[in-house]
Amino acid sequence: MPRAKLIKQKLVIVFLAGALLLFSPLLSLFDRPVLLFGVPLLHLYLFTVWSALIVAMAWVVRDDSK
Amino acid sequence: MLGGPLVVTVSFLYLGLLFALAYWADRRADQGRSVIASPTVYALSLAVYCTAWTYYGSVGRAAAGGAGFLPIYLGPTLAAALWLFFLLKMVRISKTQRITSIADFIASRYGKSHLLGGLVTVIAVVGVLPYIALQLKAVSGSFAILIHYPEVLLPGVAQEQPVWRDTAFYVALLLALFTILFGTRHLDASERHEGLVAAIAFESIVKLLALTAVGVFVTFVLYDGLGDIVRQADLAGHLQPLLKPPGGADIWFSFSLLSALAVVLLPRQFQVAVVENSSERQIRRAVWLFPLYLLLINLFVLPIALVGQLEFAGQNVDADTYVLTLPILHRQEWLALFTYIGGLSAATGMVIVETIALSTMVCNDLVMPGLLRRWRHQPPHTDLSRLLLLIRRSAIFVVLLLGYSYYRLAGEAYALVAIGLISFAAVAQFAPVMIGGLYWRGGTRRGALAGLSAGFLVWIYTLLLPSFAKSGWLPGDFLEHGPFGIELLKPQALFGLGGFDEITHCLFWSLGCNIAAYLIVSSSRLPNAEETTQATRFVDALKHQRPVVAGLWRGSAEVTDLIALTGRFLGEARARREFAEYARRRKLKAGGELPADAETVHFAETLLAGAIGSASARVMVASVAQEEPLGLDEVMDILDEASQIRAYSHELEHKSRQLQRATDELKAVNAKLQELDHLKDDFMSSVTHELRTPLTSIRAFSEILQEDPKIDLAERKRFLAIIVSETERLTRLVNQVLDLAKIESGHADWQSSEVDLCEILGQSIAASEQLILDRGGRLSQRIEVEHASVRADRDRLMQVMLNLLSNAAKFMAAENGSVEVWLQQREDSLLVSVADNGQGIAEALQPMIFEKFRQTAAGSANPMGTGLGLPISREIIEHFGGTLSVKSEPGKGAIFTFMLPASGRPENDTQDEAL
Repeated sequence: MPRAKLIKQKLVIVFLAGALLLFSPLLSLFDRPVLLFGVPLLHLYLFTVWSALIVAMAWVVRDDSK
Repeated sequence: MLGGPLVVTVSFLYLGLLFALAYWADRRADQGRSVIASPTVYALSLAVYCTAWTYYGSVGRAAAGGAGFLPIYLGPTLAAALWLFFLLKMVRISKTQRITSIADFIASRYGKSHLLGGLVTVIAVVGVLPYIALQLKAVSGSFAILIHYPEVLLPGVAQEQPVWRDTAFYVALLLALFTILFGTRHLDASERHEGLVAAIAFESIVKLLALTAVGVFVTFVLYDGLGDIVRQADLAGHLQPLLKPPGGADIWFSFSLLSALAVVLLPRQFQVAVVENSSERQIRRAVWLFPLYLLLINLFVLPIALVGQLEFAGQNVDADTYVLTLPILHRQEWLALFTYIGGLSAATGMVIVETIALSTMVCNDLVMPGLLRRWRHQPPHTDLSRLLLLIRRSAIFVVLLLGYSYYRLAGEAYALVAIGLISFAAVAQFAPVMIGGLYWRGGTRRGALAGLSAGFLVWIYTLLLPSFAKSGWLPGDFLEHGPFGIELLKPQALFGLGGFDEITHCLFWSLGCNIAAYLIVSSSRLPNAEETTQATRFVDALKHQRPVVAGLWRGSAEVTDLIALTGRFLGEARARREFAEYARRRKLKAGGELPADAETVHFAETLLAGAIGSASARVMVASVAQEEPLGLDEVMDILDEASQIRAYSHELEHKSRQLQRATDELKAVNAKLQELDHLKDDFMSSVTHELRTPLTSIRAFSEILQEDPKIDLAERKRFLAIIVSETERLTRLVNQVLDLAKIESGHADWQSSEVDLCEILGQSIAASEQLILDRGGRLSQRIEVEHASVRADRDRLMQVMLNLLSNAAKFMAAENGSVEVWLQQREDSLLVSVADNGQGIAEALQPMIFEKFRQTAAGSANPMGTGLGLPISREIIEHFGGTLSVKSEPGKGAIFTFMLPASGRPENDTQDEAL
């Protein structure tokens, strides 16, 4: 059980990090009409954060038992 | 080549394939090799979240507002991080209570209330109908576009056609038929629809592949990657509008919140995420796999939207259709067909699961309560399972026809995305009572009713009625100027709160009123007995392995009645089977016939709840069982007792273990103390005894000398000599007692240094030799070691040697007495032995001579001894890490040996190295 509790704590951290990156004034830093690598900056930022969140969640809940 | 007949045929073939897949999965499940046990299939089935609204609508929204389509998917991604908290809890509760739908869940939480279940059902049906309408519109729209291939021709307005020529009507009928085949094969709604879930997971793969195929075609075949598209769109002036901020911060946040709630609260999402869940482990995989799916399906949305704008610049082509019209424009007929199938997957998946979920809710929470009321007066015929299935099937038809009617009437008022959000806002009203119900014990039935009603009414007023007005059903007047010209009550700027978009506005007011009403009304009265019971079962669901069941029901029932009752709803055979299985489980513990106790009644009720919902199940069970209702106080007592006793007993166990340990320790210490006390008493009596002996003789001789002055000189001298010698003995005794006390208490003054044993032996022999010679004995020594260095106190060691030698001198044979001293080396130890040829010590007495005041042949044989020499010697030798022992056979003398660890020799090379 303690391990399950640790996983939950880590997920809360991922949630808070996501909320900070996607729903805070930080977002306005990237909300500008510029292109980076030929892609709109905002899209690039959102998809990068999104992928990072998914990777983080997958890493947190990974099954060590195997 | 593409044309109506081909498209229809392919559509049927696809649906046929789905059905075959479902049939196969059901067969596998019957054989016990479930395909849906896989966590991946579970995550894919959750993707029923992505409907035609995502499939076609995301591109439309991206074309209109840049990144504005993303919150619908970012919200659920963030929410997924918290699924291990509340989704897990919902699943656990639903499994133990056989919850069949979200209406059942909420009704069950607040005391199994019919009224509440009914209200939730009404909200769900009203809220979700537009969403179903949207799917029908998407399917018929894409069909109409595809059959005009290779022209890009948008379908006309539906209302202009008669119903029988409207594709959407046939789509609705077909889907109803299909859903009935899929979803109502079993009666028990809590039983998983394995085939259905497998088909839904398959559809999720199809729609993802189809959208990705279009995306790859558009991005990499038509253009040279995303960079190329962006550059060209920028040149044509299509890019800049998409780069403007995605609405305001309000839209960004409220859309994310809405979708984060909807991904669990929409009836179809609850169905796949909670009811169809087959193991809690699946949730762990879904936490990241479901967001990954969302990301992948949105990857090509922006390129498709940009290309659509480039290619259809100046033409009147709806951005919602770009996904389909782009392949058509470029004459990719097979890709267009595949895209259409993808859209069909997205729409049918949603419609099938949603109508199954709604039909269960309508049957269990709207129709059943009415029937139960009628049956109260007129008992029903025996087998009700057919009737139940009929109700569900009719409900599916009715829901789909209602959806179709909404589609006909609402028309083209809104783009796809707006309709989806109206539904999201409706089901978001469930959030306060759901979350409150999972974590707060204080919520009551009245509070939940008040909150849901308030939220629902505000939703109708601020979102639904305006959408009607925009569709032309209602005069638009009240939108502009408020009802009766009251500006403050304008539906989309309530109390003057303007400046938001309509969804955010509705969300703020509806959720605000909802939460306020829920909290205030709940807090106005204490929960009653039933509410308290259910609150405990829900809030503590993750705490105890077994929820508190026994004790919360009191009454009497007959097992045969219970079986007959469940048999009426589940079928006779099935009920008997379930009860037999249950009896088998119980008998492991009890034995004998199945008792009609609280646990059995609870089992029957849960079994029934799986078929007709918890509220109805409760009413039905109450009709055959005579329940004595428990008062709130009693329930509170039981719950308090149950939970507190559990907590206390844990604590007590811990404490008692601690106490037991402490007691054991104390007992041991006490035993030792008693022993020591006993030893002390012995010691005291020995010491006093030993002191008395010399005192007695001193006193006796002194008295003689005092009383008789005529004693001659010689006699007088003899007496005085005895007195002096006895006094010396007394002094020695007192010194030794003090010495021993010092050693034993650890206060002795030890001086450790390197000592040469040979030297000590030499000195002690020199000191004692005369004594032995005086007694007519002889002394020999055998020293086999050159350097015998030990670490010890020189004087103390000397004391030991002198003691052993004087003992030997005392006990050696009276004639031809001899004493022998050895020094030997044995490995790392040095052995010193002192042997005499006296009468020896019997084996039984050997251990005793080292005890204080023990002398082998009692004090008389040893007038000079104090009985403390050997104990002191042993203490000294042991202090320096050695041992002192005796070996003797009666008649052959005794050998006292002490062994000390040899220390490094002084001035030795190896020692220097070690330093």
